[in-house]
Amino acid sequence: MLTIVLIGLNHKTASVELRECLAFSKEEKSSALQSLPQHSSINEVVLVSTCNRVEILMTSNNPEEALKDAKSFFCRFKNLPLSQFEDSLYFHVGDEAVRHFFKVASSLDSMMVGEPQILGQIKEAYRTATDKKTTSVILNRLLHRTFSVAKRVRTETGIGDHAVSISYAAIELGRKIFGNLENKEVLLVGAGEMAELAVEHLLRNRVGCVFVSNRTFERAVKLAGRFNGKALRFDEIPSYLEKVDIVISSTGASGFIIHHQQIKKIMRPRRNRPVFFIDIAVPRDIDPEINRLNNAYVYDIDDLKEIVDENIDDRNMEALKGERIVDEAVIGFRRWYENLEVVPTIVALKNKMEAIARNELNKTASLRNFSNADCMALEKMTNAMVNKILHDPIHLLKNESNHIDNAVYLDMTRRLFNLNE
Amino acid sequence: MEKFIILTVVMYLLSSAAYLTYLFLQKDRLHKTGYGLFLTGFFSHSIILALALIKSGHLPAGNLSGNLLIAGWALSASFIYFQFKFKLKVMGIFAAPLAGLIMIQVSGLNWEPMPVKTIFNNFWFVLHIVTVFSGEAMFALACAAGILYLTQEHAIKTKQRGFFFNRLPSLELLDTTGYACIAAGFTLLTIGLITGLVYAKVVWGRFFGWDPKEIWSGISWILYAVLLHERLTVGWRGRKAAIWSIIGFAVLLFTFFGVNFLLEGHHGEFTRW
Repeated sequence: MLTIVLIGLNHKTASVELRECLAFSKEEKSSALQSLPQHSSINEVVLVSTCNRVEILMTSNNPEEALKDAKSFFCRFKNLPLSQFEDSLYFHVGDEAVRHFFKVASSLDSMMVGEPQILGQIKEAYRTATDKKTTSVILNRLLHRTFSVAKRVRTETGIGDHAVSISYAAIELGRKIFGNLENKEVLLVGAGEMAELAVEHLLRNRVGCVFVSNRTFERAVKLAGRFNGKALRFDEIPSYLEKVDIVISSTGASGFIIHHQQIKKIMRPRRNRPVFFIDIAVPRDIDPEINRLNNAYVYDIDDLKEIVDENIDDRNMEALKGERIVDEAVIGFRRWYENLEVVPTIVALKNKMEAIARNELNKTASLRNFSNADCMALEKMTNAMVNKILHDPIHLLKNESNHIDNAVYLDMTRRLFNLNE
Repeated sequence: MEKFIILTVVMYLLSSAAYLTYLFLQKDRLHKTGYGLFLTGFFSHSIILALALIKSGHLPAGNLSGNLLIAGWALSASFIYFQFKFKLKVMGIFAAPLAGLIMIQVSGLNWEPMPVKTIFNNFWFVLHIVTVFSGEAMFALACAAGILYLTQEHAIKTKQRGFFFNRLPSLELLDTTGYACIAAGFTLLTIGLITGLVYAKVVWGRFFGWDPKEIWSGISWILYAVLLHERLTVGWRGRKAAIWSIIGFAVLLFTFFGVNFLLEGHHGEFTRW
């Protein structure tokens, strides 16, 4: 009977340097999938490799041998001595392997719990494995179960609900103010990784024009080109404040760049259209007093950080619910897996009986001088006897209504007829 | 009749309960259940109204119970319309209990058939009643949207994202809904007041009689007119508009009940019980 085996390492067990060393590129994945099943101990295999983890999911007749082979495969393929990474590896067998894989796919094991990319990466890994034909009944079934478990965890718990990065938190707030970000105009003052990331998220939400301003105009032009927007000179900012809906500021200025009085004056010409200031700069660029004006909202980096921290706490709470769903799914999968054993057991039982019958028939036929017709008649009779004898036991094994005891029956049958050789 | 009133009350209250649990648990199924119960209640409510209409041959607007019955019906109908148009699910936590409370009032009041007065059987009268009540229902929803707006705005401004932040829709949607309710309510109220004037001319031979109800209706109308005017000219929106629509509805409530109980006037007999 095949056992599910998993070997891998992740951000909790291995340093980023080690993960980088052991990660598989796209081409490497393909060639690894070709060479892994060449080990006789490894039957089916799926290889997941992301920046935070490498996991090899296998089925094997001999789990220990398979783990050993996988380890030596790592050494050969990556040209690393085993001692360098052996401590970082973890192994799971059977139910535990299933549980671990479900948790990984549901993003319960991720560095940032609830991040949605991992499921896509596992789907990709499965696609590669099916292309290379390295999966069969068990892993196919397991992967499909994995996808539905991950989906259930996502929809039934809130692990993916709220933003856990500064730029996403800002976008989420923007949605609470504007409802829809489509065609809202954005002004980016200054530059910086977080600010640029926020603009990218906004663009993905199909905002309208993006204006970019910077103390050095060349820089503004360059950034504007990247966002398909328009570059502004620094002294043009005040006149554009009347127009834009979202202002993201991230400059190195020591004082405020946008003042309370300035915004107070423009609210009337703006006809009180709401305006949302996202101040990512330290020290701050935007006068916090502006938040007290009607229809103007100011969030600085500390406010956003606080939101993110709260959201992370929420996610960890929700993760507990996710683990319960995973536990349920593991039990469901085990039930299927145990039922799967029924078929090979029945086949083995039938084979053994038929072999005995054939043997005895041949023995008798060699002693006596039977005619051909007699031989055929005897063969028919022994076959019928085998079928009749096996009818009730097979019926019992196939009967799914007592599946709780099925494992016991299967075990007993295998021992009674010595099918485990 | 009695049975239908009880059924309506029960449906509205169950719907309120469903909407309230929806607020806490945020399960889509609950909101759908609430809406379904509300629709059932509304259906039964409509039957009551139809029965009353058939029985007396005119709109049952002659006493308080009848008036409340119509007001509640108009509220429910407006809610269903806005729910359909804006998909503002949380609004149900206002509309369903309000409709329920109105119907409890109705069930507690006298259902003696009123002596049929010919003055109730007049085209202008029917139009007056229908438009005024629908208008008031719109304003009630605008007030609800205003309250929700202020709650959500408070959460965003103070950066204390409490219980409501995730559960309420965006400020923009609440503001637009409030505006749409006010625009619709104002149109209906205007028609209602004009038909009222015409009706007064037909029955009493004069347009305006300085009756307290007439004066207060005028005041409410002016309040909403100011709000709409300011919105269109200088863009009064958000917080200011929300507060204004709550004040407007308070004045309207006073016009509906207060005037009848505290002041004298020819509308007085409509709230007799």
